[in-house]
Amino acid sequence: MAEMWINMGPQHPMTHGLWNLRVKVDGETIVDAEPVVGYLHRGWEKLVENRMYPQIIPLSDRLCYGASMSWSHLYCLTIEELMGVEVPERAEYIRVIVLELQRIASHLMWLAAYGTDLGLLTGFVYAMRERELFLDLLQSVSGARMTYNYMRIGGVRNDLPPNFERDCLRTLDYFEKKLDEYEQIYDGSDIFLMRTQDIGYLKPADAINLGVTGPTLRGSGVKIDIREHDPYSVYDELDWDICTHPDCDCYARYRVRMDEMRMSCHIIREAFKKMPDGPVRVKVPRNAPKRTAFARVEDPRGEGLMYVIGDGTDRPFRLKVRSPIFVTVSAVPIMLKGYKVADVPAIMGSVDMCLGETDR
Amino acid sequence: MNSTGGLETSGSTEEAIVDAVRKTFPDGVTIGGIAPRRIFARADRAIIYKLCEFLKNELKFDHVSCVTGVDRIDRFQVVYHLSSYENRCVLEITVDIPHDDPEIDSVTPLWGGANWHEREAYDMFGIRFKNHPRLERIFLPEDTQYFPFRKDFKLGRQ
Repeated sequence: MAEMWINMGPQHPMTHGLWNLRVKVDGETIVDAEPVVGYLHRGWEKLVENRMYPQIIPLSDRLCYGASMSWSHLYCLTIEELMGVEVPERAEYIRVIVLELQRIASHLMWLAAYGTDLGLLTGFVYAMRERELFLDLLQSVSGARMTYNYMRIGGVRNDLPPNFERDCLRTLDYFEKKLDEYEQIYDGSDIFLMRTQDIGYLKPADAINLGVTGPTLRGSGVKIDIREHDPYSVYDELDWDICTHPDCDCYARYRVRMDEMRMSCHIIREAFKKMPDGPVRVKVPRNAPKRTAFARVEDPRGEGLMYVIGDGTDRPFRLKVRSPIFVTVSAVPIMLKGYKVADVPAIMGSVDMCLGETDR
Repeated sequence: MNSTGGLETSGSTEEAIVDAVRKTFPDGVTIGGIAPRRIFARADRAIIYKLCEFLKNELKFDHVSCVTGVDRIDRFQVVYHLSSYENRCVLEITVDIPHDDPEIDSVTPLWGGANWHEREAYDMFGIRFKNHPRLERIFLPEDTQYFPFRKDFKLGRQ
């Protein structure tokens, strides 16, 4: 049969954002694929060259509305590295707590979206419902539901609100019971298993060479997590473990994210136990020195890295963002080849696309 | 994990990597500094492919975190952040390239992860990567006539 190219996107229910997947098909089988991005390119890196360092914090929130806390954290971490700022210990623990809450919220949004991709509408409604609990917690900390503007260079904006620990631990207890329920819904669905198991195979060597990071890499059985591998904040003082799964398919990526949500609950409990009293923010200089710095973190979607060049003024000379999904999506052709067109939503959904950070 | 990835050393992993690089590339590589899990270096553009090949095959730098283009006004720079999962170390390599001849060897044949980063650097700065499998614009339309992240491309308010 003749081969032909099909455009899936920029308007397509599978895309979860504004991008285009071109697939070359032979009948129903995918023989080649080509992701096309750039529809959302805002010139973020150029834009911030015109802004003062503190003004960029709310902009970095907008890199990904699903995980905005971790992006503004990465930005602040990079500038602290550039300016040589030491963050108070209590602020580091608060950061870990809100980052893990953000990770759970992000993974829940992914779980909900994956449910709709694969026809599990109950899973969508349930996961979105529980995500709201975590957004409420983050709102009580920062005042905003999604773009928080809470991280500051040299700490966090304010201390935790009264009774936050109680509310947070109650939510976690409730959520862990609900997580068992989701596993019954998802793992108990034969359709879900048929559509994810042995689909979207990505072997570990390819995953490493193509720069894939995050749950997609750990779903290929590679035990790498920057929180442990290149520890930042106080992750090295907490007792936790990396979640991996050896299957290398869409189901493995689903499993890794489910386990990570449990692990995040565990990390938050540990952090509350060890959290000291003290200040949450230090004063930082207005101008950055003439040098370069970079920092990297484990975003909910993979490795985030920012590289900044300071030129002695109050604005960055250059700020480069390494977005995890930008690299992961360049590796999807290898996951798609050989599968059917009907498998595309399952494979692309398992990557957890976010176009705001991809296009910047 | 305290593995040094097969390196014979009595000092830290970072020092062992620096020693190995210095021994193989006596000219062309300058080590700017070492910090825990961080190495900063500068390299000549003529040896960048050979250096990266050595780093990948002998020193187990198996992951490209980032390839950055920079416009320093009098010159361009390409900054590589390479990381090693086994040695737990990030190596930053800065390479200067002249403004009137922005060309450098591509490292995409070594690491597929560098592919889109190099395309982005080409798209935004016009830096050409030799032997790149497909050096085309990635964010902007094909017929764009300018490179918007260059410093001589001004925004409205500047």
